[in-house]
Amino acid sequence: MMGLVLDGGIALLTIGIAAWTIRAGDDFAAVVGFVAYGLVLTLAWTRLGAYDVALTEAAIGGGATGVILMRAGARVKPAPAARASRRARIIVGALSAAVAAGLSAIVLLPPQPAPSLALEVREHLASTGLGNPIGGVLMAYRAADTFLETVVVLLALFGVWSLGRDAHWGGRPGPALRPAEGGALPLFARVLVPAGIVIGIYIVWVGADAPGGKFQGATLLAAMAILAGMAGLVQAPATAGRRLRWLLAAGPIVFVGIGLAGIPLAGAFLAYPPGFEKPLILVIEVALTVSLAAMLALIVAGPTERAP
Amino acid sequence: MSAGLLATSPGGDVLVAAIVVPVIGILLLWLVRPRAVEWVALAALLANLGVAVAVLRTVSSSAAPVAYLIGGWQPPLGLALRADGIAAVFMAMAATVLVPVAIYARGAFGAPGERRPMVFWTMLLAITAALNLIFCGQDLFNLYVALELLTFAAVPLVSLDGSRETLKAALRYLVFALAGSVLYLLGVAIIYGAYGTLDLIGLASIRGPDGALLLAIGVMTAGLAAKTALFPLHLWLPPAHAGAPPAASAVLSALVVKGSFFIALRLWFDLLPPERAVAGSTLLGVFGAAAVIIGSAMALRQARLKLLVAYSTVAQLGYLFLVFPLGLGSGAAPFESTAWTAGALQLMAHAFAKAAMFMAAGLVYEAIGHDRIAEFRGLGRIAPLTVLTMTLASISLMGLPPSGGFSAKWLMLTAAFGEGAWWWVLVIAAGGLLAAGYVFRILVPAFTPPEEPIARVKPVVVRREAAALALAVIAILIGFLPLAPWPLLAIGRIAAGAP
Repeated sequence: MMGLVLDGGIALLTIGIAAWTIRAGDDFAAVVGFVAYGLVLTLAWTRLGAYDVALTEAAIGGGATGVILMRAGARVKPAPAARASRRARIIVGALSAAVAAGLSAIVLLPPQPAPSLALEVREHLASTGLGNPIGGVLMAYRAADTFLETVVVLLALFGVWSLGRDAHWGGRPGPALRPAEGGALPLFARVLVPAGIVIGIYIVWVGADAPGGKFQGATLLAAMAILAGMAGLVQAPATAGRRLRWLLAAGPIVFVGIGLAGIPLAGAFLAYPPGFEKPLILVIEVALTVSLAAMLALIVAGPTERAP
Repeated sequence: MSAGLLATSPGGDVLVAAIVVPVIGILLLWLVRPRAVEWVALAALLANLGVAVAVLRTVSSSAAPVAYLIGGWQPPLGLALRADGIAAVFMAMAATVLVPVAIYARGAFGAPGERRPMVFWTMLLAITAALNLIFCGQDLFNLYVALELLTFAAVPLVSLDGSRETLKAALRYLVFALAGSVLYLLGVAIIYGAYGTLDLIGLASIRGPDGALLLAIGVMTAGLAAKTALFPLHLWLPPAHAGAPPAASAVLSALVVKGSFFIALRLWFDLLPPERAVAGSTLLGVFGAAAVIIGSAMALRQARLKLLVAYSTVAQLGYLFLVFPLGLGSGAAPFESTAWTAGALQLMAHAFAKAAMFMAAGLVYEAIGHDRIAEFRGLGRIAPLTVLTMTLASISLMGLPPSGGFSAKWLMLTAAFGEGAWWWVLVIAAGGLLAAGYVFRILVPAFTPPEEPIARVKPVVVRREAAALALAVIAILIGFLPLAPWPLLAIGRIAAGAP
């Protein structure tokens, strides 16, 4: 009974916040609504027992995307929220309705019991040395997807960089920061950042056997870097820096290197030699965490705006 | 679920190389010294051509597909790469287009290591990896990752110049492409929910109610059509392809839009039993026909060369969608049908001709400082090789013999006559006439002697003219393939609905 009330409340809240976000009068209010929406969705995923999805939603859906939208909103001149044309609204409405219909089809249509690969995933999990089935999917069965998704994030970063001016190429992203004037933010950052880093590393480490993992941990680490940057404690690095570029490439290089080593050592690309599965996966995860955290923080920092 | 057990074929490692070589190239680009950037990219693209040729030779000599189990895991749990006949042919086609594009683009973006060259070479290699994965991917989510790779590589190319208009065009492209991604992903979710697998071979062998499959393929096709710029979802294409730098336009028009089309082809021909596909394929054919007519008519009205060439892409993509009704409605096995070969030829001939056309358009712009068609008189005197390139590419685009465009359209007509589908005959004929109309608008003034000498802004580089010409010559050479269904294209096809 208690659970039903809680779930019903979360469902109502989700729809309510979504509606409020759509109706919001200005950009800032809409972004705040969007972040709140992400948090409620996180609760919903938690109630469904999908802790990995919940973590990702909180970190990337609400968190990182919220910061990017906030920065974009701050950059656009405050203007009365432009209403989209009637035609555009009809098209968006129709598309949303189609997506909603498709999603309800997924929930309502599948045969009972729904077919799934979950059993097979568990069956082979022991041979990967991992305890978290999602880790098994991401790092063993579908490791190629994970590898290429990392490349997609890297391309997204290069796409963001491509938007800067030619004169600023290789320079630092974002505007120059005014010297810190004291106040709450620097203090807050000094307290929170060390704790956040520890939690981020913990989420990566625990991901092998429990919900967590590199993407979520990396987002948290990136958030700490962004917080320290906003507080004026650290400067965004110059994008032409050799060390930065190696940092970005390290994860994909380690991943593809271990993957290729699998051809002679374990008989296939992205196969791990028996007995070394877990240590190798951990090495990849650590390298990917470092690179992903750098990529995500730099995507949020935006195009270069200062000459090198 | 054990249907269609795959094993890694001897020599299957080349498929891994097809994905890994361009990706390693991308990583190296950002780590080497600026002077080495172009050489790294060129080396990666040459290696990729070697890989693609090796795949094609293995598939054609063994008359069997090449497969590779990544990590040794059997699908549907793991991911497999599998190059059948059509995948091998298209991989070789894409790799062949990419090398002249790279030769053409070398030095075209100013000092190496700067913004434009770094972004261009990175995205070119990313497109290479994405296309290879699209051609040999066997898993619907793996194909989604490839589509994302393709989109994130293509959009920054559109706004490479950094002007306001190109940024707007890139943003519009992004919106269409992401809406397409959402719809595709929705279809993937529906399929997994209903069948518990995303493996193409496993899905093709499913029996029983297929309502969810039809729904999912409908949604996914809509998304892929937005990415392929099928009429009426083509609005983003002309400004995007006309605004990109010529080398980028060449790749976007010749290859990138074909990636999403190829996945649609896989869905319809691999997963749907032909008798379930009739109504939907007719609808796709109608949209394709509308694209042929309206795209050509719009091309006729353009004042600027690059926009004309971009609208011509809308029209030529329309022909590709005629493959659905003609190939699935023939009653024969779809992959042995005339229409199947016609579609493959049209895709390849358009890729070569259109890449050549955009590269030539870029050279014209450099030579005379503008691309206003009305002022092209005397162009043939200033840039004879470039005008020759445009002429050869135009022959293929309008479908005059001997050319790849002619063979494709001839086979399409044969298929349409064979099925008694005279309405498609009308569309193909009308499209050819309209294409002749728009290419003669370029060629006639270019060949007309000028009243007064036309001002040359900059001499054209012969190396770059030769790269464009090579592509146009290949578009013509495709016309010398025998005019019959091509057995290579039927190798290793999974027949949907077969026991």
